[in-house]
Amino acid sequence: MSPAKTKRKLTKPGEKNLTAHGPSAGPKVRGENELRAIADTVLRLAKSRGIPETEVHVEEIVSALTRFAGNTIHQHVAEQGITVSIRTAADSRTARVTTNRVDEDSLRAALENSLSLAASQPKDPQLLRMLPRQKYPRVNRYIPATALLSAEDRARAVKRVCDLADKRGQDAAGIFESGQTHSLLANSQGLTAAYRQTQAEFSVTFQQGSAASWAKANGADVRNFDPQKLAQTASDKAILAQNPIELPPGHYTVILEPAAVLDLVGFLFYDFAATAVQDKRSCFAERMGKAVFGKNISITDDAYHPAQLGAPFDGEGYPRQQVSLVEKGVLRNLVYSRRSGKVAHTNPTGHGFPLPNEYGEAPLNLVVAGGSSSIPEMIASTDRGLLVTRLWYIREVEPYEKVMTGMTRDGLFLVEHGKVTRSVRNFRFNQSVLEMLRNVERLGEARRATGEEAFEMVVPPMKIGNFHFSEATKF
Amino acid sequence: MPLFFDKYFQCLRTGEFFMWDYCGHSLDIARLRGATYADVRAMHIRQRDLTTKNGKVGTLGQSETIGLGIRVVMNGAWGFASTDLLTRDGVAACAAQAVGIAKASALAKKENVKLAPEGSYVDSWQGPCEKDPFEIPVETQFALLLAVDNAMRKVKSVTLTETDMQFRKIDSWFASSEGSKIHQRRVISGCGIGATSFKADAIQKRSYPNSFGGQYALAGYELVESLNLLGNAPRIAEEVVALHSAAACPQKTGTLILGGSQLGLQIHESVGHPIELDRVLGQEANFAGTSFLTLDKLNNLKYGSSIVNVVADARIAHGPSLGTFAYDDEGVPAQCTDVIKDGEFRGYLSSRETARLVGLNRSGGTMRTESWNRLPMIRMTNVSLLPGEWNYDNLIADTDDGILMDTNRSWSIDDRRYQFQFSTEIAWEIKGGKIVRMLKNPSYSGITTEFWNSCDAICDAKNWTLWGTPNCGKGQPMQTMGTGHGASPARFRNIKFGAAFSNE
Repeated sequence: MSPAKTKRKLTKPGEKNLTAHGPSAGPKVRGENELRAIADTVLRLAKSRGIPETEVHVEEIVSALTRFAGNTIHQHVAEQGITVSIRTAADSRTARVTTNRVDEDSLRAALENSLSLAASQPKDPQLLRMLPRQKYPRVNRYIPATALLSAEDRARAVKRVCDLADKRGQDAAGIFESGQTHSLLANSQGLTAAYRQTQAEFSVTFQQGSAASWAKANGADVRNFDPQKLAQTASDKAILAQNPIELPPGHYTVILEPAAVLDLVGFLFYDFAATAVQDKRSCFAERMGKAVFGKNISITDDAYHPAQLGAPFDGEGYPRQQVSLVEKGVLRNLVYSRRSGKVAHTNPTGHGFPLPNEYGEAPLNLVVAGGSSSIPEMIASTDRGLLVTRLWYIREVEPYEKVMTGMTRDGLFLVEHGKVTRSVRNFRFNQSVLEMLRNVERLGEARRATGEEAFEMVVPPMKIGNFHFSEATKF
Repeated sequence: MPLFFDKYFQCLRTGEFFMWDYCGHSLDIARLRGATYADVRAMHIRQRDLTTKNGKVGTLGQSETIGLGIRVVMNGAWGFASTDLLTRDGVAACAAQAVGIAKASALAKKENVKLAPEGSYVDSWQGPCEKDPFEIPVETQFALLLAVDNAMRKVKSVTLTETDMQFRKIDSWFASSEGSKIHQRRVISGCGIGATSFKADAIQKRSYPNSFGGQYALAGYELVESLNLLGNAPRIAEEVVALHSAAACPQKTGTLILGGSQLGLQIHESVGHPIELDRVLGQEANFAGTSFLTLDKLNNLKYGSSIVNVVADARIAHGPSLGTFAYDDEGVPAQCTDVIKDGEFRGYLSSRETARLVGLNRSGGTMRTESWNRLPMIRMTNVSLLPGEWNYDNLIADTDDGILMDTNRSWSIDDRRYQFQFSTEIAWEIKGGKIVRMLKNPSYSGITTEFWNSCDAICDAKNWTLWGTPNCGKGQPMQTMGTGHGASPARFRNIKFGAAFSNE
């Protein structure tokens, strides 16, 4: 099509496939019906080829992200893509092939490729047949207000944040992201599972001189958080964070804000996997039924909690169950895929990863029960301690006692005689998470928290005794 | 259109001719809609993953992704959009979307985007690959992995064995409104093995040739064949069991010798990241962090001792690693930049935009993207410590009291890249110029510039390996990128040991 002809039609070049939400919007979302048509094509081709078992997972991701730094937008991106992931199983062998080409020839080629790969390995006598049709609880995590958010909407919100930073002589950096995911899992045994969700995220760092602070929120509904309010919080804390004093490393009482709790406790997620315990690489190996944490710690995995996101089914299409993992400090349950459940002679819990894989399963919707305290009350009750905004670059040092290392970042404050008094230079910690959760003195209200190191979880702020900081850095 | 013709057409629509057509068409649309600059990357990425665990197949999968991403400047601001809808209409809509996004970006703009000048290039380049790993039968690949897995499992008290191979073939077509048209093909191969032992109250692990996936290179299957996985399997299995009864690494200050792979990661974290200009300029402040290497430090900081020389070299002449290419994803030719010269800080990693912001004549050519749906950003190329003059045996013999650490187990560094802590899978105590015993749970920590200034010996080119790091995360949305790090074993004085396992 020539540009001149396009002009005569009164449409601008490139507009033909755009949605009605303005020039910054992308191509139309394909949606569940088109995903279902792709899955049906794969299953039809598989049936005509005589493949005993076939599973197909079709996923469409539409996402856009506005990124800013130095009080200006410096990156601004949008993506739209579809993936079709096909698993065939025949003669006790299975393999997966994934493509983003959805024409029939490409789907047929992917199917043949999967079959060929599957045949190229030894038999696996433990391979389970694919699941028949299942029933799933309904979840509604698709919010039109989030799906309709445009580049202009995000840019205007970012502009207000940058204006605040300009006004206060600070530097703001962060992101405002929005998007939607559509997912459909089907197999040749009659199983079909569909899910869609929207997601929005705002994260901001305010810098004032060499001091910085941070705030972040995300969820399915963009109306549940206010970027301006988060920016105000980070801006105020950046002022407080100026002129930090250096304290000696050692053991301190700490008050961890929810993001800091999340990023440490989140590292336990794979330890709760039955496969990890069976492989003896989990910190819970040989600890089932034992008191692993303090009596005030209870942890569940709950995909249906109103503050959680995610599909009500796992990688094989098994319905996700609510699982009580830790009750009053005692390790009571693990999560199981169909395979690890069979090994342990127990039922699966709907936490399996797509097959084939060597990791089995994991809980992705952890909820740590909260308490009746609050951060102001924790501060008021502390004679000397440290208030921690967030943690950074957390890595596992020792797997069985779950010793983790990492840094404090973007706001570490001294608490003296019940009040926040000074900013403190950042520390490195080396701390056993098992020990830490035996030393929790107070818990606040559990809420959806988001950090940068672990999956989002529902966790409370915590006041913890005897937290080990091993070294200090220079800022 | 007859059905057979339609099918023929679909088979060809992602061939090279069509990819260039989509690139050109999207640039045309961007220009027509007012973009003052545009570049486009069409990419086709194929990947194969194989793993085993405890003598059985773990993962067996193959994937491909193909699509196009276009970056534009409009009203002095950036916009980027990507699509997998590879039709003329699809890529036109994508280009139009990118322009619309750039207009929205201009709502919160301080200065107009300006780029350092660069030539335009028409070229086609292919990285080294003697044996296409996708042409090697999966049966052959699994036969090796299962043999290695079984060799490790023969050692009593090994409780978990794992092996992996990964192969990628990346075709990219880059075109810009300045006239560049560049096709590149890079084949990446990687493999590694690991043995774990759980005993009483401890879990130990040993890996070969490196941890977290092994060794990676810009190479074909010849990389796998060169690493002698089977020959090393019994050794690492025996070592992991022996670690349980080894003495613990002491907590003290002393002399450290780092093996090449661990030193490669040390370079990555404490040199490679802080020299990224986007970090230095605050553009990564919200996520990856900033850098202690503020602009006043250039040519004005003694980064290391006088024997420390570090380069960022993407040229094939440096070696075939994960940071090797002919052109970056802005179409800038691969270059070698001095980072540390005789211990002095000399250079950053830059892009066309950041080069201009800091007054450099030209980009250092380090903009890279993970895939067609991601924006290029400043990434390490091959950031390498150049070899010194020491023979390895002589270095050990010259060390009266020290600890040799090898194979990374954990790594962490603050968000300005000052204070770090590393632990390794294994260590060896050196006394009187000889390795005398194995140590478990080793760790060391320090401050970046103090550490590099304490370096007093670097082994020679015979001991130098270009390590591939496949898992460097950066950016929002997060991108994973491969980087290269050449290193030979080196010695450092007055280093703090054991803080990771101390409770004091």
